[in-house]
Amino acid sequence: MYDSPALENTVDTKDIKISANNVQVFYGETHAIKDVNVAIEDKTVTAFIGPSGCGKSTFLRCLNRMNDTIDICRVEGQILLDQEDIYDPRVDPVQLRAKVGMVFQKPNPFPKSIYDNVAYGPRIHGLAKNKADLDDIVERALRRGAIWNEVKDRLHAPGTGLSGGQQQRLCIARAVATEPEVLLMDEPCSALDPIATGQVEELIDELRTSYSVVIVTHSMQQAARVSQKTAFFHLGNLVEFGETSQIFTNPVDARTESYITGRIG
Amino acid sequence: MTDASLSGPDSTPLPQGKTSLLAQDSRTKRRNAAEKRFRFYGMAAVGVGVLFLVVLLVAIVRNGTPAFTQTFIELPVQLSQEKLDPDQTGDPEVIKKTSTFGYNGMIDQALLDLMAAHGLDSPFDKGADLRKMISASVPAQVRDYAIAHPDQIGQTVVFKVLASSRVDGYEKGRVTREALARDKNLDAEHLDLVDQMRDAGILKRSFNLDFILGTDASESRPEQAGIGASMVGSFFMMLVVLFLSLPIGVAASIYLEEFAPKNWITDVIEVNISNLAAVPSIVFGILGLAVFIQFAELPQSAPLVGGLVLTLMTLPTIIISTRASLKAVPPSIRDAALGVGASKMQSVFHHVLPLAMPGILTGTILGLAQALGETAPLLLIGMVGYIASNFPDGIAAGFLDPNSAMPAQIYEWAKRADPAYYERAWGGIIILLVFLLTMNFIAIILRRRFERRW
Amino acid sequence: MPATWIFLFVLALAVIGYVLGRRKAMASAGGDGRLMHSLPSYYGYNAALFVLVPALLVLGAWLVAQPMVIERSVQHMIPETAYETSGELSLIMSDVHRVASGLETAVTTGQITAPQLEAMQAGSTDVRGLLGSVGVAVGSDVDAVTLEAAKSYRARNATADTLRNIVVGLLALAGMALAVLRTDKDYRARNSVEKVVLALLILAASLAVLTTLGIVFSLLANTIQFFKLYPWTDFFFGTTWAPSFGGGSELGILPLFWGTFYISLIALAVAVPIGLFAAVYLSEYAPKSVRSFAKPLLEVLAGIPTIVYGLFALLTVGPMLLTAFGPDSVGWMSGGTAVMTAGLVMGIMLIPFVSSLSDDIINAVPQSMRDGSYGLGATKSETVKQVILPAALPGIVGAVLLAASRAIGETMIVVLGAGAAARLSMNPFEAMTTVTAKIVSQLTGDADFASPEALVAFALGMTLFVITLALNVFALWIVRKYREQYD
Repeated sequence: MYDSPALENTVDTKDIKISANNVQVFYGETHAIKDVNVAIEDKTVTAFIGPSGCGKSTFLRCLNRMNDTIDICRVEGQILLDQEDIYDPRVDPVQLRAKVGMVFQKPNPFPKSIYDNVAYGPRIHGLAKNKADLDDIVERALRRGAIWNEVKDRLHAPGTGLSGGQQQRLCIARAVATEPEVLLMDEPCSALDPIATGQVEELIDELRTSYSVVIVTHSMQQAARVSQKTAFFHLGNLVEFGETSQIFTNPVDARTESYITGRIG
Repeated sequence: MTDASLSGPDSTPLPQGKTSLLAQDSRTKRRNAAEKRFRFYGMAAVGVGVLFLVVLLVAIVRNGTPAFTQTFIELPVQLSQEKLDPDQTGDPEVIKKTSTFGYNGMIDQALLDLMAAHGLDSPFDKGADLRKMISASVPAQVRDYAIAHPDQIGQTVVFKVLASSRVDGYEKGRVTREALARDKNLDAEHLDLVDQMRDAGILKRSFNLDFILGTDASESRPEQAGIGASMVGSFFMMLVVLFLSLPIGVAASIYLEEFAPKNWITDVIEVNISNLAAVPSIVFGILGLAVFIQFAELPQSAPLVGGLVLTLMTLPTIIISTRASLKAVPPSIRDAALGVGASKMQSVFHHVLPLAMPGILTGTILGLAQALGETAPLLLIGMVGYIASNFPDGIAAGFLDPNSAMPAQIYEWAKRADPAYYERAWGGIIILLVFLLTMNFIAIILRRRFERRW
Repeated sequence: MPATWIFLFVLALAVIGYVLGRRKAMASAGGDGRLMHSLPSYYGYNAALFVLVPALLVLGAWLVAQPMVIERSVQHMIPETAYETSGELSLIMSDVHRVASGLETAVTTGQITAPQLEAMQAGSTDVRGLLGSVGVAVGSDVDAVTLEAAKSYRARNATADTLRNIVVGLLALAGMALAVLRTDKDYRARNSVEKVVLALLILAASLAVLTTLGIVFSLLANTIQFFKLYPWTDFFFGTTWAPSFGGGSELGILPLFWGTFYISLIALAVAVPIGLFAAVYLSEYAPKSVRSFAKPLLEVLAGIPTIVYGLFALLTVGPMLLTAFGPDSVGWMSGGTAVMTAGLVMGIMLIPFVSSLSDDIINAVPQSMRDGSYGLGATKSETVKQVILPAALPGIVGAVLLAASRAIGETMIVVLGAGAAARLSMNPFEAMTTVTAKIVSQLTGDADFASPEALVAFALGMTLFVITLALNVFALWIVRKYREQYD
C-alpha cells in the first residue's frame, strides 16, 4: 500500500541545508523534544511523520524560531542553517524567517487583497525597487504557487474570498515571494479537501526544484507521495530518519513499523 | 534510542551571494529601530495612563485629607444666670426663650477673657471683632448645651468650638495674609492673634468626626458642613436600587437566557437592553423628572425617586452581567435536572440560579457601585441644591423626605464659591471612593471565593 | 394609610388562600401526596397567586389612575379667569392639595366633623386658623374657589378610596374562592403556578422596553410641546443661545452642538491614541507581570465616578492649564473652565474605555494571522500595524464610536469644567458649553415647566438621545459583525 511513492528517481547526494544537533525543547516543565539530530538536505522534500503530540510540529517551529513567540518555550542544542547557528544571540529572527518561510496548517490569508497578501513579505523586507518590480515579484510568486491563472483577473479582491485550496496556495505563494531558501509546511493540507490536497501536493513537488522543503503531515500516504526523506517522531524522540522508500518498505525500528502498519496512531 | 541522525555539519563555505545570518543588514537595523520606537510608544501610553491615575489620586488625597481635620478653639464660656434664667427656674422652656443671637454677648466676653487669661496681645477691644475668628455656629452650640444642661447655668463651661473657616484655612495653608487684604471677614491682625493662640495651646487642629457624620450647613459656614446626611440619602437610594434591580434584573435575565423563544420580540428586547446600557445617564434623569415627578407626582429630592431612576439606569448593566453568569452554568446541569423529571422552571430555580448566584451578586455589587457614584440624573430630580441639614427621622422619611446624596452633595459643594467648600468636596470624594473601593473589594472577594471552573 | 391596609388585607388573604388550597388538595388525595398531580405547596401557591395577581394589578392601576382623574375633574372647578398661565394653575392646585390634606387631618383628629366641613364657608369660618392648628401653614386666607375645590378634592378622594378598597377586596376574595373551588388532586397546580411565574419573568424582561418607551414618550411629548411654542427651524439652525426667563429667548442649538463636538473631539484625541497604544502594548508586548498590574490600574480610571473627574477638571486641571496658557504666560486662556479643560479630563476618563474595548478586539484577531506574519519575517510592530490593526479596524472603529457616544452624553465633567457660555469659537482655551450642560441648567432653575426655556431641555434631551442611540446602534452593529467574522 505504501509501495508507490510518487517519485522513483534516485536521490543524489546533496548539500546539507539545515542540521540539528542534540536539540532539546522544553515547554515550561515538559520536555517536548528529546535530543534530536537530523540533517535536512537542500532541494529535497523532507517529511516529518508521527502520531499527534509527538513533537514534529514543535520541532518544525524551531527551525525558523517561531517558538520564540511562546514565552515558556526553551530550546537547547544547536540548529545550523548553512553552518550558522540560528539560535546565536546575534541572529535576528526576523532575518532568519525571511530565509526560512513557513506555511501553516490552516490557510491564513491576511484580510487584504490577494496582491497585498503576496506583496506583504517583499514589502517588509524591501525586496522590490519599484512598483513594476513588485508587480513582477507578485506575479512570479503566484505562478510558483500555481494559482496565477485563477487569480490574475482579481488581484485586488480580498484573499479571504478564495476557496480553501486556493487560500493555501496563496499562502504558499506568499511564503515564496520573499525568496526563502527553506520552506516549512505544517500540515498544509489538513484543512483541505482531496482535490485541493492533490493540487497542493503537486505544487510541493515542483517547489523542490528551488527550495529545501520540510513538511509535517499526519497522513502517511502524503509523506510517501511527496517526500524523498522521512523522519518518524514518537513521544519527542526522532525514532528513524532515512529515505522515504526505505522507511515505508523496510523500517529499521519496531516503533516505525508499528506506526506505519497502524498499530500506534 | 535509535536516533538515525545523518552526517554532522560539514565545512563547506557559504554559497556565493548568500548573506550571513549573524550580521544584521542595514534594513534590518532600521526595522528593529522602528520596532523599538513602536514598543516605546506603547509603554509610554500605558505610562501616561497610569500617570494620570496617580495625578488624580494625589490631587484627591492632597486636597481632601485636610477636610478630615478642623481647627478648634477651647473656649470657657460663662453661662450667664441673669441673661438665661434670671428666676433660677431651671426650666428648659424658659432657657429656650433666649435666641442664639442672645448668646453673642456671653461669647464675646468669653473671648476677651480668654485673651486676657493667656496674656495674648490682642489688637481688638471689642469682642465682636474677636468673634470673627470663631464659627457662626458657636452661639447655637452653646445654646443647645444650655438647654440640655439647665443645671450648668451660672457655671463656666469649656466648649471646644469651631474656628471660622478663614482661620481654619490659615491653619491649613489655604488662606494667606495677602489674600485677606480683599476679605471683609478677617484681617491680618486676626492671623497674628491666631499664631499667638496656637502657641498658647488654645487653638488646635484635630480630627473632625462631624465631617463624616454631620450634616450640610448653609453657604456661609463651611467649617460646620458634613457629609453624613447625604450618606444616609445615598444609603436609602441604594436600598431602593438593590431591592428593585436585583429581583427584576434576575427575573429578566432568567427569561431571556432560559425561556425566551428566538423570535423578533426577544431580539427587540436584547437590542434594547444593550442600547439602554449606553444611553447617557442624564437622559435617565429627564425620564425620572417627566415620569416620576411630573406624571406620578412623587416628591422632589426624595431618595425613593433617586433610587427608582438609578434602578432603571443600572438594570441593563445588571441584566448583562447576570446573563453572563447564567450562561456560564453548563447545560449538563440543566439536562441532569430535567432528566430526573424536574420541570424547566424547577431546573432553573433549584439548580441553575443557585450556581449562578455568586456571579450575579458580583455583578449587582458592581452595578450598585456605579449607581452610588452617579450624579447627573440626580441633578434633574432635585437632589442637588437641597441643603441636607437634617437627618431623616424614621424609615419612611428616609425614603420620602427630601435629602441629598453623596455625589450630589459633592457637586453642591463644588459649586459654592468659597474655597473652604472645595476642601469639603475633595474630602467627600475620599469618602465616596472608600465606599466604592469597599464594594469593589467585596465583589473581588466574592468572585475569588466562589469562582467555579467547569 | 388606607392603601396600605387594603394591601395588607390582600396579603393576609393570600396566606389564607395558601393554607386553604394546600389543605383542600391534601384532603382530596386522602392525605397521600403521591396521588396528587403536583407537590402540595404548589396548590397553596396557586391559590395565593389567584388572590394576589388580579387584586394587586387592579390596586396598582387604581393608585396611578385615581390622582390623575380626580386632579383633572377638580381642575375644571377652578374658573379660567383665576389664572393666566399653566404655572399659576399649578400653584393654585398645590394650594388645593395642601388645604385638602389639612382638612383631612382636621376631620381625622376630630377638630371638626364631616357635616361641619360640608357647611364650611370661606368667608365665615377661620379656615386659615383651623389649618394652622393641624400643622398646615397657609400663606394667606383661603379663598372660596380654593376651599370649594379642596372640599370636593377631599370628598372625591374619600369616595374613590372606599370604592377602591371594596373592589380590590372583593377581587381578592373572588380569586381565593375560585382557586380553592378548582383545587383537587388532579388539578395541575404546578403548571398554573409556573405560568404565572413565567408571566412575571416576561414582565421583568419587558421593563427594558418600557424604559425605552418611557424615555421616548417623555422626551417626545415635551419636545412637541416645545416646538409648538418655539419654531423648530430656529432651534436647529439658530446660532445664538440666549435663554431669558422673561421671554424673547433665542434657543439655537448650534453653539451647544459645537461645544459638545469640540470637547468630544479633544477627548477622543487624548483617549484614542493613548488607549489604543496601551491596548496594543498590553496585548502584544507586555510581559505577564506588567499586564497583570497595569491593566487593573488603567481600569481603576473607569471605575471613578464622573463627579470626581468634574472636580478634577474644575479645581486641578483648569488652574494648571491657566498657569500654562493663562494671562501670566501666553494669554490664550482667561479662565480655568474651557473646552480644553473638559476635553482633556474627559479624555483621561475615556482611556480605559477605549483600551479595554480595543484589547478585546485585538485579542479576537486569530493567532494564525500573527503566525502568518511572523512566519514571513515581519517584526511585531509590522505585524501590528499591517496585519492586526487592519484586521481589527472595524472593531476599533466601533469602540471609538462608543467612546464618542460616551463623550457626547457626559454631563458632570462639562458642567463643572467647560464653562457656561454658549459660543461658536475655534479657540479651545475658551469656555463653551454643551447640550448636556444646558439640559441641567434649564431644568434645575426655578423655571415654569411649561415655558419654552424649560421645555427646550427636553428637545435637547431628545436630540442627545437620538444622536447617542444612532451612534450606539451603529457601533454595536459594527462590533457584532466584526466578532461574527472571527467566530
